Amino acid sequence: MVQDNPMIAIIDYKAGNLMSVERAVKKLGFACLVTQRHEEILNSERVIFPGVGAAGKAMADLRHLGLDKVLKENFELGKPILGICLGAQIILDNSEENDARCLGLIPGGVKQFPRPLFSEGNERLKIPHMGWNGVNLRKRHPVLGGIMPTDEFYFVHAYYPLPASDEYVVGTTGYGIEFPSVIGYKNLIAMQFHPEKSGTAGLRILENFCMWNGHYAE
Amino acid sequence: MLSKRIIPCLDVRDGKTTKGIKFKENVDIGDPVEMARFYYEEGADEIVFYDITASSDRRDIMIDVVRRVAEEIFIPFSVGGGIRTLEDMRRVLLAGAEKVSVNTAAVKNPKIIADGARAFGSQCIVLGMDVKKVEASDKIPSGYEIVIHGGRTYMGIDALAWAKEGEKLGAGEICLNSIDADGSQQGYEMALTPLISENVNIPVIASGGAGDIDHMYDVLTKGKADAALVASIVHYGTYTIRQIKDELHQRGVKVRMRW
Repeated sequence: MVQDNPMIAIIDYKAGNLMSVERAVKKLGFACLVTQRHEEILNSERVIFPGVGAAGKAMADLRHLGLDKVLKENFELGKPILGICLGAQIILDNSEENDARCLGLIPGGVKQFPRPLFSEGNERLKIPHMGWNGVNLRKRHPVLGGIMPTDEFYFVHAYYPLPASDEYVVGTTGYGIEFPSVIGYKNLIAMQFHPEKSGTAGLRILENFCMWNGHYAE
Repeated sequence: MLSKRIIPCLDVRDGKTTKGIKFKENVDIGDPVEMARFYYEEGADEIVFYDITASSDRRDIMIDVVRRVAEEIFIPFSVGGGIRTLEDMRRVLLAGAEKVSVNTAAVKNPKIIADGARAFGSQCIVLGMDVKKVEASDKIPSGYEIVIHGGRTYMGIDALAWAKEGEKLGAGEICLNSIDADGSQQGYEMALTPLISENVNIPVIASGGAGDIDHMYDVLTKGKADAALVASIVHYGTYTIRQIKDELHQRGVKVRMRW
């Protein structure tokens, strides 16, 4: 089958509504497919791995569908992969949420925000972290190209990714603590916020990803 | 640091936006999809649609509106009004809304909050609360009572107790509407808002009463609101969202300034 655009596979494992990701990618003019079929994912040129909900259930569903192995395989092939929200968490080794063993594509774990949580001004902060917040870029990354320090993104989460080493941390966000909000390793880039719901700055990230060749030299 | 959200609210009847003044004399002012896109481009952080379509057989019109809005704007938006069942929630969320808001249905059947949170996640479920000030009593110790039918029916439920109950049941956010302040343009309810916001651990959107930027400043600072709903003052062009954000930013409120 001849494609005008590289086909993007959006992994469907029943973890939340994937239509907003699909709509955003289509709006940017890229062909994409929401799928859980192994061969369609394998034949795609790039993969988006979204997700909302709890880590334990998500991992159980992924394993049940055999998608844990498919993701690992696609990662090892060097294909560009984008993790979003829960998809930026369960790529680590394990999660404090449901004590879940996760995919282990990036060494590290997923932590819960400390409670109680206070701002610098000593105001009590609510959990989940919900709303618009900035990202302090620690490294240059092609997928974050053109993003300004004053750009903000839409977050909804009570857990955050904590890679084993700073070398995987591309950007951080402050909410009581400074936590890794964008992590990357080789052909995998993942963000805790929702680029598909983050206005033009988010669309820019999606567009960058849709054109990224998967190379990331620090 | 998290930004305070500015959220325009669009009342929609039979697929058209209206503006309610104390829930009376609604005036047609336009196409919800056009207005949503306008506010998205102006820097709204989120949009709330409230479906006031009277007859249930015309609800498909709203689903179509939601679908068209989702193709145009890439920020979260929620839909409330007439959501009574899990199936109602599913239809709205699948059409592209980020959140659904339950109000009367939750008062009558609190289980819908828990069921919705379990099925779709807490982040999807907004508890809408219509509240009126009353004499404090044993039954209503906070002096704020939950009402329905636009304020005509008192439910005998304390607003603070109900907010805490809603959080416990799994609501991910509260949209707190003061019926006394709604449409008055005299300012948000400044006693009720911090009372609720400081006693729950989920975000509270203040609703009802915005007349100028001072009101918004007050509710987002002293009022402890996480977000402020606006309707008339932006619909009628008194201020643009950008003007509101510029001024709040200048006065030291953290708001999203680039879009």
